[in-house]
Amino acid sequence: MAMMYSEKVMDHFMNPRNMGEMEDASGVGTVGNAKCGDIMRIFLKVDEDGIIQDVKFKTFGCGAAVATSSMATEMIIGKTVQQALEVTNKAVMEALDGLPPVKVHCSLLAEQAIHAALWDYAKKNNVTIEGLEPPVDDIEEIVGDEE
Amino acid sequence: MEQRFVYADHSATTGVRPEVLEAMLPYLKEEYGNPSSIYKKARSAKEALEKARGQVAKAIGAKNTTEVFFTGSGTEADNWALKGIFEAYANKGNHIITTAVEHHAILHTCDYLEKVRGAKITYLPVDAEGFVKLDELEKSITDETILVSIIAANNEIGTINPIEEISRICHEKGVLLHIDAVQAIGNIPIDVEAMGIDLLSISAHKFYAPKGVGALYVRKGVRLPSFIHGGDQERKKRAATENIPGIVGMGVAIELAVNEMEERNKTLIPLRDRLIREIEEKIPFAKLNGPREKRLPGHVNFSFEFIEGESLLLLLDMAGICASSGSACTSGSLDPSHVLMAIGLPHEIAHGSLRLTLGRENTEEDVDYIMEKLPPIVERLREMSPLYEDFVNGNVQPIIMKK
Ligand SMILES: Cc1ncc(COP(=O)(O)O)c(C=O)c1O
Repeated sequence: MAMMYSEKVMDHFMNPRNMGEMEDASGVGTVGNAKCGDIMRIFLKVDEDGIIQDVKFKTFGCGAAVATSSMATEMIIGKTVQQALEVTNKAVMEALDGLPPVKVHCSLLAEQAIHAALWDYAKKNNVTIEGLEPPVDDIEEIVGDEE
Repeated sequence: MEQRFVYADHSATTGVRPEVLEAMLPYLKEEYGNPSSIYKKARSAKEALEKARGQVAKAIGAKNTTEVFFTGSGTEADNWALKGIFEAYANKGNHIITTAVEHHAILHTCDYLEKVRGAKITYLPVDAEGFVKLDELEKSITDETILVSIIAANNEIGTINPIEEISRICHEKGVLLHIDAVQAIGNIPIDVEAMGIDLLSISAHKFYAPKGVGALYVRKGVRLPSFIHGGDQERKKRAATENIPGIVGMGVAIELAVNEMEERNKTLIPLRDRLIREIEEKIPFAKLNGPREKRLPGHVNFSFEFIEGESLLLLLDMAGICASSGSACTSGSLDPSHVLMAIGLPHEIAHGSLRLTLGRENTEEDVDYIMEKLPPIVERLREMSPLYEDFVNGNVQPIIMKK
């Protein structure tokens, strides 16, 4: 099974970058739910100029979910919040040298997790990020409508 | 401890044991004759085929060797039993009863029979340990019922069903009983006569013989049409030139497995119970899936809350430990295993399941090694898990209570 992942994916899975929590984060976003087997949480530290100084993540999920979260955090550190919004799941996948087709949804989740964290930051700081949609897949909502 | 290699996935498959390979080799080399041919060279192949049939018949307690038909796999045996009985007993009815925890070889065949061939299928529920509910079985049988097909021992959670009781219920109502004994053979006693089994599926690669060979036992008097049409092999019921080396291997392996079973289980069962006990002692929020008794001898299955199975398997693989999981990520769909769902596990903890199945070559040192590696791996994944963070911060209650 290990064979279906690229070396980059395995590297990010075995040595995840920026894994952990963050106190006084400027924005936190959690997406996915335990039912479908993936949850990602992204913490952002954004400075006054709107530049992302630090990112941390926590992920419950498969190897691809961990690797995409890890790669996504690396790709948005140092970017402005506006630039971070433009980091797509495709870009994350490419940076990982691809994902098996059944794992593409993991990269989408990583993109959504970034968006959810940006949304939280924007809301708390009263800033507008051009083109940012409210998160739909927030865990709070899903916990709320558990069967 | 140094890095080891520990194969703990014997329910998935086993390696061919040396005695079995030894017995097979002549039939891959000099004794390559086609058993259907007339000359002397072919006669040894024919004799080997019939000897193996005798070994299989004896191992399962069949009265007649002619009741054993070799197939290309356990999956084929399951397909043949269900599709064949459905066809042969169409005049009696179209209702088949099975369980919610069968292997896909049964479930997907039933699905096909239902959607394409107009069968009525009842999927019996199981209890929290995976045992089929006998009262439900009794209630489900109607005048239309032609077959009950039930797994002897579950491949995912190791539950051993009460076959004698199932058989008594079926025969009181005059319904045929098929047993998928793929996981059971060589692990628990199976006797088709004593247990009253009408059809039985076997797969060689689960008991240290090669892959791609299996058998279907069909009690004398049960009508079963030909499954593969062609030549006269297997009394015209399953055409194709026989896989002689595989069949020879299967014969030797089943004899060894059944003869050694009692002795082997004297060490394998305590080894399994030690692994279960130590996991429960050392890893919090772990739940044993399946029963403690009436469980396959080497079979361990746990759910670990807050983590996901595929990640667990990848890290175990890095440590040299081969295992499997019922998480969605390993099933290739969004849902975790149907077996874990059927025993009532919530999705959250079904995703975090780990199956470790020990076999004849595993040792106490292997269990030491698993217990050295597994707890820190679970810990590491929990450190990474937002669900665990929520729990530590007091935001959510665990589903599995701390021991
Ligand atoms: C219970 C059960 N039935 C059937 C099969 C299928 O056997 P085979 O791999 O020989 O097709 C398996 C194998 O995993 C099994 O565990």
